[in-house]
Amino acid sequence: MNGIDIPSLCYHSDLKTKASCRLCLVSIKGQKGLQTACSTFVTPEMDILTESPEINQTRKTNLELIFAHYKKSLGSWDLNPELLRLAKKYQIDAQRFSDRKKHFPKYQFGPAISFDTSKCIDCRNCVEVCHQQAVDFFEVKEKENFFQVTPSQDKKVDCIYCGQCVVHCPVAALSAKADFDQVEKALKQKGNKVIFQFAPSIRTSIGEEFNLPYGEVVTEKIVGAIKALGAYKVFDTSVGADFTSTEEAKELIEKIEANQGACLSSCCSAWVKYVEFFYPEFVHCLATTRSPQAILGGLIKTYFAKKDKVNPKKIVVVSIMPCTAKKYEINRKELQINGMKPVDYVLTTREFAYLLRKRSIDLRCVKPMKADDPLGLPTGGGVIYGASGGVAESALRSAYLMMTKNNLPKIEFTEVRGMRGVKKTVINMGGRQIKMAVINGIGNAKAILEEMKKDPKAYDAVEVMACPGGCVGGGGQPVPTDGEIRSKRAAGLYEIDAKKEERIAHLNPVVKEVYRDYLTDEKIIKKICHTVYQAKKRENNFKNL
Amino acid sequence: MIDDIVAKLKESKLLGRSGSGFPTGLKWEMVRNEKAAKKYIVCNAASGEPKVMKDEYLLENHPEEIIEGIKIALKTIDNSAAYIYLRKDFYVKFKDSLTKLTNGLNITLIKKPGGYLAGEETCVCEAIEGKHPEPRIKPPFPTQAGLWGCPTLINNVETFYWVSQIAKGQYRNTRFYTIAGKAKKSGVFELPADWPIEKVLKETGNWPEFDFFVQVGGGASGEILLPEDLQKSAGGPGAVIIYENKKSQCSKLMKEWGQFFLEQNCDKCTPCREGIFRINEMLKGGKIDKKTLNDIVNNLKEASFCGLGKIAGIPFSGLANKVCKSLLTEKK
Repeated sequence: MNGIDIPSLCYHSDLKTKASCRLCLVSIKGQKGLQTACSTFVTPEMDILTESPEINQTRKTNLELIFAHYKKSLGSWDLNPELLRLAKKYQIDAQRFSDRKKHFPKYQFGPAISFDTSKCIDCRNCVEVCHQQAVDFFEVKEKENFFQVTPSQDKKVDCIYCGQCVVHCPVAALSAKADFDQVEKALKQKGNKVIFQFAPSIRTSIGEEFNLPYGEVVTEKIVGAIKALGAYKVFDTSVGADFTSTEEAKELIEKIEANQGACLSSCCSAWVKYVEFFYPEFVHCLATTRSPQAILGGLIKTYFAKKDKVNPKKIVVVSIMPCTAKKYEINRKELQINGMKPVDYVLTTREFAYLLRKRSIDLRCVKPMKADDPLGLPTGGGVIYGASGGVAESALRSAYLMMTKNNLPKIEFTEVRGMRGVKKTVINMGGRQIKMAVINGIGNAKAILEEMKKDPKAYDAVEVMACPGGCVGGGGQPVPTDGEIRSKRAAGLYEIDAKKEERIAHLNPVVKEVYRDYLTDEKIIKKICHTVYQAKKRENNFKNL
Repeated sequence: MIDDIVAKLKESKLLGRSGSGFPTGLKWEMVRNEKAAKKYIVCNAASGEPKVMKDEYLLENHPEEIIEGIKIALKTIDNSAAYIYLRKDFYVKFKDSLTKLTNGLNITLIKKPGGYLAGEETCVCEAIEGKHPEPRIKPPFPTQAGLWGCPTLINNVETFYWVSQIAKGQYRNTRFYTIAGKAKKSGVFELPADWPIEKVLKETGNWPEFDFFVQVGGGASGEILLPEDLQKSAGGPGAVIIYENKKSQCSKLMKEWGQFFLEQNCDKCTPCREGIFRINEMLKGGKIDKKTLNDIVNNLKEASFCGLGKIAGIPFSGLANKVCKSLLTEKK
C-alpha cells in the first residue's frame, strides 16, 4: 500500500488478525522492540520505520525458517508466489534449513481439494475460515510435539468442498485437486471433441492471473485462449444459467401457488452438500433445477450432439469454474444422462490459468473471439450468476414476468445485490408478497435454516452461495481474493448485464429455440434440467490421521 | 484500611512475582478503574518454569495469607469473582486445604495443565475459558479485557501473599527465592529482594566450593550467570539453580531446555515454533552453528509473539557463549 512493501503471509482481511507469521515487523519510534504492523493500530503521531538492517534480518530468518518446508512447492502447479517473491527480495538462504515436514501426510477431500500438510506454514487461516463457514472440518491437534492442522475426525462433520480454505491458504498447501492432466490428455486424444464451457464469474477474475486489473472483463479473451488450447467448441455456462433461471422461476411460481413452503436455491454445489449433510430435513426444499454447468453439459451431449451430428460419447465437456465444489458435483450419479456425465472435468480458474501459462498462452495477447453458436450467447441474467444475489435476481426477472404477464416495473432488483452476508427483502409480485433471503458465506445460512426450522413460512425463496460474495469469491479463484477484489469482480459482471440487449433469462433466443426444438415435454425437461438430492453421511475418511 | 490498598501497594513498590515484574499497585488500579458489569481476579498457581518451588511452598505453608490477598482483591474490585488457576499436581495436593478456606467465598478452584504457557496471562485466560492456550494480541491487556472480555486482574500466588502482608503493614521488601540444583541446602528462602545473588547464596550457606555457574529466574528460560556476574539481584520468579561447571553438563542441559520448550510452546508464531525446533535439531546433531544459533536467538527475542518466546533463547546463547564455547562451530 502507498508503495510501501510490508511482507505478510498470515494476514487476511477476511479473518481475524493472528500476527503469527511475524514477517510484518516494523519499528515504531519510542516503542521497545519491533511491532507487527498487522496488529498495531496506526496513529497520526507515529514515526514508523518499515525497513532497517535489524527488521530485514528478522524477516530473513523467519522466511528461512518457513521456506524450509515451502521449497518443495517450487515445482508444483499451484504456487502462491508471494513467499517466493519475499524469498528473493530478502535474499534468503533457501537451503539453510532442511524440510522438517517432508514425512507429513497428504489428504484429499472428495474429488475436490488436496491438502499437503507438509507445505503448511501453520498460519491456521484454513481453520478459521472453515469455522466461519460453519463447517469446522479442520482442527488443531498435537502430534510429534507440534500443534498441527489436520482434518477433523468427527463423524458429524464433513467437508463441503467450498474451497475457502484454498483461497485463504497463503502457500497453496491447500489447493484444488488438479485435473488439468486429464484435460490435456483429452485434448491430445484423436477423435475427441473437447468442448469447454466457462462460468459467469471467470470472465471478471482470470485477468488477475495475467496481471490485469481486478474485475476486468475478458470474456472474449477467454474464448480465444480456450480455442488456442485446441478446443472444438467454446460455450458459455451463463447460457446454462439462463436455462437454470427459467426452470427455477417455474419452480418458484409452482411452490408459491401451491403454498409449498420455501424454495432453496441449488446452483451452489457446496451449499447443496451442506444441506444434504448438516440439514437433511431441508433436502426437500432444494430447487430440483440443475446447476448451469450441469444443464449446459447435458444439452451439449444431447441437443448439441444431435444438431452437430457428433457422437456424444466422443464429446468431452470441460468446465472452467471458480469453484472446487463443482469437481464434486460432476461426480453425482443422479446427474448422468444416458449413462454419460454431463461434465467430464472441472478446472478451477487457477488451474486454467496454469494450463495457459504452461502452453505459453498469455491471456493479454490472445485474439478475442466470440463463444460458439448455439450455446454461446447468454442474457445479462445469466452473467450476474457469478455474484451473490445474481441467481435470485435472474430468477425474479423471469418469475415476475411469467407470473404477472406484465412488463417488469424495473429490471434491476438492487436489494439482493451487494456483499452483505444476509440480504432480506420482500418483493411484491402481482399482489403477492414474496419473502426472500439472499445469503453469501455459508456460515450465514445456519441462522436462516434455524429460523426456518421454527417457522417454515419464514421465507418463500432463499438463495445461498457458500462463498463470500458468491462465485466471484469462489474457492477456485485467483489469490488474493478479498472483500475489495470480490466487489470489483462483481461490479464487472453487473457492468456486462447493464450493457446486454437481453437481460431476462427465459427470453434468450437460444433458450426459446431449445425449448421449441428439444425440451418439448416434461419428461425431457426433467431429464436434462432437474435432479434429486439425498441426506448424506460423511464421505471423507482418513486412515493416517 | 482496605480502602487505600491500592495506594499501599503503590507505596510498597511491590512488583509482580510471576517474574514479569509489573508494578502490582498500578495493575490493581487499572482493573479497579475499568467500568464493567463483571470483573475477574485470577490467582495464578500454575508455576510455568521448572525448578521454581516457591509457589508450592506458599500454597503448602501460607494458604491463609494467599486467600486473604484474594479476598482483599475481591473487596477492592467491584463486581468481581475470583479463580485460583492450579496446575494439575497442585490441584490434587491443595484442593482440600484451599477449599476449606474458600468456602462461602466467590473463589473457584480450576484444575488445568500447568507448564510454560501458564506464565503468559492471556494464555491463562484462554485456558480458563476452555480453549487451547495460545497468547492473545495485546492490547487489549487482561486488565482491560481478560477473561470473557472482562477486566481481569491476574497475579501470581506470591504476589497475593505479599498483598495480604502489605495490608497488615508487614512487608519489608523481601521475596521468596528458590535455591536448587547442586546446592548444599536447597529450598525456599525469604530474603531481601534487592540482595545480590552472591549474598543470597552465601547467606543461605549455598556458595559452592567448586567451579560453577547458575541459572537465575526460572529453570528453563532463566539467564546463565558466572560467579563473577553475581553482584546483581535475581530476576524473574527468583530461582537460583546451581550447576557444576563441567563441559559434559552443557549439551545435556541444553537438550533438557530444548525438549522442554519444544513440548511446552504453543506453536503459534514462526520464531518460536520453528526456531526451537532448529535449536533441538542442532543439539541432536551435536554441533551448534554459532551464526545460526545467534540468528535464531535474536529472532526469538525480536520477533516472537509473546514474552515467553522472546526469552526462550536466552539460556542457550548464555550457556554456549559463557560456559561451553567449544560446542559452537563456525562455518568458514
